[in-house]
Amino acid sequence: MVVDGVVRIGRATIYHLRDVGRMGGFLYSAIAGCFARPFRFKEVLRQIQMIGVNSLPLILFIGLFTGMVLGLQGYYTLTKVASEGMLGMLVSLTLIRELGPVLTGLMVAGRAGSAMCAELGIMRISEQVDALECMAIDPFRYLISPKFIAALISIPLLTVAFDLIGIFGGYLSGVVLLGVNPGAYMLGVENKVDNADILLGVYKSFAFALLIVWTGTGRGYFVQKIKDAGFGAEAVSRVTTQSVVYTSIAILVWNYLITAVCL
Amino acid sequence: MSVELEFIDVVKRFGDQTVLDHVNVTFAPGQTTVIAGGSGQGKSVAIKLLLGLMAPDAGQILIDGVDIVKINKKELNKVRAQFGVLFQGVALLDSMTVFDNVALPLRERLRLPEEEVKVRVEEGLAQFDLQGEGDKFPAQLSGGMKKRVGLARAMMLDPAVVLFDEPTTGLDPQITMDIYKLFFDTQKQHGFTSIIVSHDIPKVFNLADRVVVLSRGKMATFEQPEDIQHSTDPHIMQFVQETMGQVYSSSHEFSS
Repeated sequence: MVVDGVVRIGRATIYHLRDVGRMGGFLYSAIAGCFARPFRFKEVLRQIQMIGVNSLPLILFIGLFTGMVLGLQGYYTLTKVASEGMLGMLVSLTLIRELGPVLTGLMVAGRAGSAMCAELGIMRISEQVDALECMAIDPFRYLISPKFIAALISIPLLTVAFDLIGIFGGYLSGVVLLGVNPGAYMLGVENKVDNADILLGVYKSFAFALLIVWTGTGRGYFVQKIKDAGFGAEAVSRVTTQSVVYTSIAILVWNYLITAVCL
Repeated sequence: MSVELEFIDVVKRFGDQTVLDHVNVTFAPGQTTVIAGGSGQGKSVAIKLLLGLMAPDAGQILIDGVDIVKINKKELNKVRAQFGVLFQGVALLDSMTVFDNVALPLRERLRLPEEEVKVRVEEGLAQFDLQGEGDKFPAQLSGGMKKRVGLARAMMLDPAVVLFDEPTTGLDPQITMDIYKLFFDTQKQHGFTSIIVSHDIPKVFNLADRVVVLSRGKMATFEQPEDIQHSTDPHIMQFVQETMGQVYSSSHEFSS
């Protein structure tokens, strides 16, 4: 029984080490594919449409309501210490440093990351990826690298859009609904947000973009190698769910690590 | 333009199961070889090994004398450039139209100007009786049409070797015959080396110059398709009884 346990642990360790190795090799090939010729500009634009433009309404909606809730909660908290004039600073710093990158990352992981994973997974099980390889077409350059480039362009821009609409949402609830002085609100945004805050948000959004596209495409690409995923459509479904869960966990963990390092 | 392919002492295992056990076989240039055998005997694995989509656990896979097990990805792509493949599920890129699927190797491999791509794709579609279907998506096609599109794509770069993995699976008998006739005509016209993996015994033997039977990890080669019936191997005898059930004689019915 003890031996069985050791064998199970050993097998699991080997499996996970191989998985890490596969994903590492995948990342290397995907990045190399970004520089391989001929460049696929049209495909990059199509992916920016899929990942960025199509996610924009959702991001704006969530950003607006997140900002409005922050405005409400911030107002009631700050009134307790008679500091409601600092609402602009509270909303903008919370959004730019934390909530903007994290919520945008989580939303895009759920929307575009899952779509990328399912697309690659279906292409893998229906031998479309094999067909590309047999035609001597590099699937990384052709399929995956354009998604990497598009994600690294789109997700930071979506984060900026989230931050801006969120600050506007905070203004709506704080200034328009609750009567905070508009000058004080905007002054808090203008004076208390410095370059370091913006850079922290930018670093995070790039890191989360990489996590989303890497996990989404990687899990889909290796759908047939993932333990206990099953076969066919069931495997794609399970791996897609798994990719969203993994990406979400990774975003939260990396958010903490980046914050801890940059503070 | 044809190519010789060779397995030398090839071993492929999946866990505890040995699918190919020290297999030695040569696929002669310009000939059509049928790989037959029961389910799970490793026929599709043999195709994937030839394409470099899987690596063997031991042995050499020679393509015109080059061992593809030892070469790097760039060199492997040069070897693959000589292949045309029709997958079991056809593997058309389902987000692309028929035209774009057939044009894919011309655009991505040869990087031809768009005017020339258009001319060559239209010719290819016409050759496989697919005129006017270029704007459709794979999901809008019947099984037989998908196979023809797959064949058109496989033939687009005039390959030296064409591999067919279960080319008529899921098709009705009439369309199966049409696909075989199309294949037969194309092979005679281009003279490529071809390998067909098929369950469709004995019909597919009409196309074969040679037959290779995979059974329990071993490959047995028969220089004439009808020789398979004289095998003394009990597993092959069983396979023959299950799939053919009666005496078969090669007739090459497609040639007429």
